[in-house]
Amino acid sequence: MSTTTTEIIARCQALFDDLNFTYAREWKAAAPGRIVVGYMPFYVPRELIHAAGGLPLGVLGGGEQLEVIQGDAYYQSYICRIPRSTIELGVTNRLDFVDAMLFPSICDVIRNLSGMWKIMFPKVRSRYFDVPQNYRDDVGGEFYIHELNELRDMLAEASGRPVSDDAIRVSIALYNENRALVREVYAFRARQPWQAPSAEVYLLMRAGMIVAVEEHSRMLREYLAAAVAENRPRRDNSRVVVTGAFCEQPPLNLIKSIELSGCYIVDDDFMLVNRWERSDVAEEGDPIANLADAYLHNSNDTSAKYEPDQAKKGLYLVEAVKRTRAEGVIFASPSFCDPALLERPMLQHVLAAHDIPYIAFKYAENSGQMQPIREQAGTFADSIKLWSNP
Amino acid sequence: MTNIPAAQTIKDSSMLKQKEMITGNYSKLETAAADGRKVVATFVPGNLNELIMCFDMLNNLPEINAIQNGMRKKTGGYIMEAEKRGHSEDVCTYVKADLGMIAKGNIGPDGQKLPDPDLLLLSYTGCFTFMKWFELLREQYKCETAMLHVPYQGDGQVTQNMVSYVVKQIREEVIPKLERVSGVKFDIDRLRENLARSARAEEDLVWVLESAKAKPSPIDAYFGGVYYIGPIFTAFRGTEDAVEYYRLLRAEIGERLARGQGPVTPAGDMPSERYRLVVEGPPNWTSFRDFWKMFYEEGAVVVASTYSKVGGLYDLGFRHDPDRPLESLAEYCLGCYTNRNLPARIDLIEKYMDEYQADGLLINSIKSCNSFSAGQLLVLREIERRTGKPGAFIESDLVDPRYFSPANIKNRLESYFQMVDQRRAGGKSAARAA
Repeated sequence: MSTTTTEIIARCQALFDDLNFTYAREWKAAAPGRIVVGYMPFYVPRELIHAAGGLPLGVLGGGEQLEVIQGDAYYQSYICRIPRSTIELGVTNRLDFVDAMLFPSICDVIRNLSGMWKIMFPKVRSRYFDVPQNYRDDVGGEFYIHELNELRDMLAEASGRPVSDDAIRVSIALYNENRALVREVYAFRARQPWQAPSAEVYLLMRAGMIVAVEEHSRMLREYLAAAVAENRPRRDNSRVVVTGAFCEQPPLNLIKSIELSGCYIVDDDFMLVNRWERSDVAEEGDPIANLADAYLHNSNDTSAKYEPDQAKKGLYLVEAVKRTRAEGVIFASPSFCDPALLERPMLQHVLAAHDIPYIAFKYAENSGQMQPIREQAGTFADSIKLWSNP
Repeated sequence: MTNIPAAQTIKDSSMLKQKEMITGNYSKLETAAADGRKVVATFVPGNLNELIMCFDMLNNLPEINAIQNGMRKKTGGYIMEAEKRGHSEDVCTYVKADLGMIAKGNIGPDGQKLPDPDLLLLSYTGCFTFMKWFELLREQYKCETAMLHVPYQGDGQVTQNMVSYVVKQIREEVIPKLERVSGVKFDIDRLRENLARSARAEEDLVWVLESAKAKPSPIDAYFGGVYYIGPIFTAFRGTEDAVEYYRLLRAEIGERLARGQGPVTPAGDMPSERYRLVVEGPPNWTSFRDFWKMFYEEGAVVVASTYSKVGGLYDLGFRHDPDRPLESLAEYCLGCYTNRNLPARIDLIEKYMDEYQADGLLINSIKSCNSFSAGQLLVLREIERRTGKPGAFIESDLVDPRYFSPANIKNRLESYFQMVDQRRAGGKSAARAA
């Protein structure tokens, strides 16, 4: 008997709700020599962790369920919530099984958190993971290859065994398969958003932050099969792209509220790492060079990445709108999020130049009051239906 | 007594010199188009002033414009203007003050129109916001741009990979663009000469900053320090003017030191030094004088500050090196204070607490500046734990007058000074009991 979307999503929801990360603990305990490596948004090369016999564990804050008590003592009121809830996860021993933590180059807050982690959890290997803002192979590429090799060495030390080129190639193939399936789910939702509600797609992608890549790929396949087979009512919703939510995650209720208010989310940037590379990473040849090449020349755009060409600035959002036949864009950004909020006016200018309507609001991962969001998104959906060109 | 007028003259000389330098640079910017000079806009931390000078280009620093406008009480209106135009209330007020100034006609702090830059040179050092600020400026000016990505010292050290990456960018991206925009061919010997002058000025600056180890300190290394770092952090590092300024300043401070005098304040010489503090974080600029007054009225002297290291950290031994010109520029960029990881920042503060015999650490946490502010509460805890000395935490902003609450800050400071007194009294009683 085939699995239903309800069953798949129930499993994803359980993983989402479990702030003790039972799956990852059990995965690690199941075989000797396994390591778990936590990483924060927006991107790390998970292939290297996998090749080191590790489980990459996306640490995306504490969400709406976690009561932050100690974490607040480390941050001023004007700093976003994800670092404080991440500290809370750490000091309450919810991450005590994690062997190493990676802090990608996304903003100053996460960057400084990497140093805090070194002080607060000295037994855990932690690394600020830098990526190049120069995209020439002989400049940024060489720097990045070196960074990747340093990460590879750190992971080998953590796992107690070398990380071979062959192992990385196998991992690249597995993640290529996974990313292809992720893209397929996104494409399916863009075609038939009523068949793949965004809260479901969100939970499905969020599961990919926790479970092993092989298992996540199975889940994606099963979900696609189940979602196609189901017959769900089609509503007269407006089609929107949600952007700006690539780090601190919105509450699940916020995603549901957007759809309930009359918007189908047909694209988003919630978990960029799941589909960072736009197409497959090369599987033949030097795997480190292939990962570097993919980052430099075949990765998505986001505000944490420098755009060298002013003429191309923000066009990725216009392309997302066109590709998914969206009718508008919702800028949903966490409060105090420098990358998203500094980028927002530039993206809005590009959208305005292309006559694409948009609205903007802010949230925190523990925002509880959804009525204003529902009203704003509902009004936006109505305005699209009433005023946009057919 | 007979020497006092002489000291006054020397002090005035350095201050007058700096004023003349700043005014001169703004004047050159204002007449840049008429004079046929090209203008580069760039940021303070990781600036490549010696290199820019090789191309006869003028240097316009948006942060400095924001600071100067802040001190002239102009930024409140500029920030509101930027927010009206869609910039979030949550983000850096330097950025909004700059964009608001541009929106209102780009009239500089001295009331004259600033020129549009011919080149935007982003040294992306120690602050993520710089990258977005730069993109926002590029959207405005639509001019040639050069990006210099400076990797962060995540593990607290500069690696050869980092140096090579920065050098390659300077050689293959930055210099060709400077040549193209300016029409001047790069001359490495000219760069070496500029770097040699930088090193001379740096030597004197370090001497001045380290004079605060004396008791009483002849300088305030935060409120006075921001003036002392002015030339070397901005458009003058590598110039003969900067060498001269620091020579004058060193002589002036040397005389104060010899006489056992405290720092100069807006109210004159500080009569007695009651508290010696290390300060972490930038100052507030919109109420700079009022903020300073809260310290000198209580006899509090800042003997070391981290903000005075944001545009270059020289007191650990780094000097620009004419024998390794590009490598030296790279190491300078990599070594700026906020490009160091949090453990390294804490180690530095601990060193200052010890070497400058400070009574405590004060953190002025800036709403706008996550690069400094994120993690400062842990910095405070760590320093208190390691040194046993009391810390205090106040909050304000760079150039947004809405976030400077004088009564709250004054109350907090007065309580803190009482705490230092009590700690001292406790120490004395313990010593007597022993």
